[in-house]
Amino acid sequence: MSMKTLLAAASLVAMAASAQAEVKIGMITTLSGGGASLGIDTRDGFMLAMEAAGRDDVEVIIEDDQRKPNVAVQLADKMIQSEKVDILTGIVWSNLAMAVVPAATAQGKFYLSTNAAPAQLAGRGCHQNYFAVSYQNDNLHEAAGAYAKSEGYTKPFIMAPNYPAGQDSLNGFKRFYGGELAGEVYTKLGQTDYAAEIAQIRASGADSIFFFLPGGMGISFLKQYADSGVDLPVMGPAFSFDQAILQAVGEAAMGVKNGSNWSKDLDNAANAAFVSGFEEKYDRLPSLYAAYGYDTANLLLSALDVAEPSDAEAFRAALKAADFDSVRGEFSFDTNQHPIQDIYIREVIKEGEVYTNKIVATALEDRSSAYVDECSMN
Amino acid sequence: MSPILLVEQVLNGLQSGVMLFLMAAGLTLIFGVMGLINLAHGSLYMIGAFAAAAVAGATGSFALALVAALAAAAAAGALIELLVIRRLYARDHLDQVLATFALILILSEGTRWLFGSFPLYLNMPDALSGTVTLPGGIVYPVYRLALIAVGIAVALGLWWLNTRTRLGIQIRAGENDRQMIAALGVDISRLYTLVFAIGAALAGLAGALVGAIQSVQVGMGEPVLILAFVVIVIGGIGSIKGALIGALLVGLTDTLGGVLLPELFKLFTDPASAAATGSAFASMAIYVLMASVLIWRPTGLFGARP
Repeated sequence: MSMKTLLAAASLVAMAASAQAEVKIGMITTLSGGGASLGIDTRDGFMLAMEAAGRDDVEVIIEDDQRKPNVAVQLADKMIQSEKVDILTGIVWSNLAMAVVPAATAQGKFYLSTNAAPAQLAGRGCHQNYFAVSYQNDNLHEAAGAYAKSEGYTKPFIMAPNYPAGQDSLNGFKRFYGGELAGEVYTKLGQTDYAAEIAQIRASGADSIFFFLPGGMGISFLKQYADSGVDLPVMGPAFSFDQAILQAVGEAAMGVKNGSNWSKDLDNAANAAFVSGFEEKYDRLPSLYAAYGYDTANLLLSALDVAEPSDAEAFRAALKAADFDSVRGEFSFDTNQHPIQDIYIREVIKEGEVYTNKIVATALEDRSSAYVDECSMN
Repeated sequence: MSPILLVEQVLNGLQSGVMLFLMAAGLTLIFGVMGLINLAHGSLYMIGAFAAAAVAGATGSFALALVAALAAAAAAGALIELLVIRRLYARDHLDQVLATFALILILSEGTRWLFGSFPLYLNMPDALSGTVTLPGGIVYPVYRLALIAVGIAVALGLWWLNTRTRLGIQIRAGENDRQMIAALGVDISRLYTLVFAIGAALAGLAGALVGAIQSVQVGMGEPVLILAFVVIVIGGIGSIKGALIGALLVGLTDTLGGVLLPELFKLFTDPASAAATGSAFASMAIYVLMASVLIWRPTGLFGARP
């Protein structure tokens, strides 16, 4: 199943010319199995920007990690040792990032995260060659917590899978909510039946629900919740409400509030170009994973305009300057090389036949990350 | 915890148990009759769900979707038996595991090729959506009650098939001595294809029924497959009665463990760490159950004694 895709960064026409590419980028992402839709969006967003740039001196090597940490590590080793890539990117899942990133940066390679940004790599484990372009893992949950507080909810019921990112999620929510909870539940990772949790929610007297259940878990929960007769306001991070998931959930997701640092209706020129370009090329609406992929590619291209990765010092400074037009509007890096950005609250709506999101509020302005002080790069 | 909540959780446990039974019944039937370990059983569950989602999307009818799920899974099962499994009966279990694992990969990537990587939409019929208030004031989703009813109906149907029909006699005879029934003139290869198709159809039915309240996506069958193996080990390999009792035990342990263990830990620690520790222990509960059953009865509850 090791599906190997070799794509030139430039358009297909330029492919022949790219034989002597000067910069090699290795993208490791999830293209098969249950989490494939996330990796496919990451890749498509990234390649959209790369192809628009049309540089024939940049080569992108794309490989499928099958959502398995051991496969991701093997791919990273192969890319670093035999393909001699300069930059790695693309990993969706935090556990895979933890397996790949520290080793890659220790070997002097650059790693630009299009998604996963675990707490460990934002604090003590920060590294001068590691840039999180997406967010820090806690951010979107923090926005939901801030929103719950501002809405005056007094008894939210909060729920996440029992694994590190799930614990970060509930901690992030509590960090900005700070009040009393109706209940706090950890589900099994990969759980598909939430009848027991929904019964607990019903019995708990909660006034709202916050949940972080990425991928298929969120689809299952929302469908079952909609049919349970419990009718409380629902909040979550944007992961549970991205474009692919919403279509599978359907009506049951309407009105749900979710924390996100990107939305397709964000009003700036870069975003408008991205959304229309993506729709035109791939015939579907972009998700936030595609937006992160697109931003990562543009950040990379902006740095390549200034310096070559072989000149690590200059290239790093160019990345850190973040001199590109982000689809998220204002964007800069904090000292731990994680973004400082606004985080919004979106609401799930229906546009024609398609379920999507629109921004209803700004939850956190210029938010950095909770772990920035623990990072020694100051 | 109030009695009402407890009863509701018991119903949830029963519901997840009967759906597991649909998976485990086919698995145990195939293992009992043919001595074959079929890892691709989860893929048949997935095929059922995808066929149902495709037909429901095209026609809008949930009943047609269920028929399509049964037909697609049974056809896929029969085809797999004819093309691949048939060559494996004489081989040892390791060869069977390898070949059927390959089938998982082929069927998963084949499904992705046909339907794409994004999850599909499949919803329950309007007639079964919403909730009903049961005696005692328990508010419970109608669809889940319907799932319990379907599970019980299938269990009764299998019991009837196994004890009251000629096919049932052949299946039981095949479990005991396959050379002898072949010598008596029963077309054993036709019997095998038929049993495999029945098992596959049950898995497909479970996939379609559960797909309406869960996510229809590639790879959805594998987590259920693992639980189904736990069920047949607990129930005793080859026993349909064992599969039923085992499935209910696993469903109840899984659901009640997830609810009661965190409550138990709350007596000792703060709610946040009680939730985390309790849920960690709850994930182990069914495996602890399996280990205890195996210590007590090494061949499972209703397995043949060595």
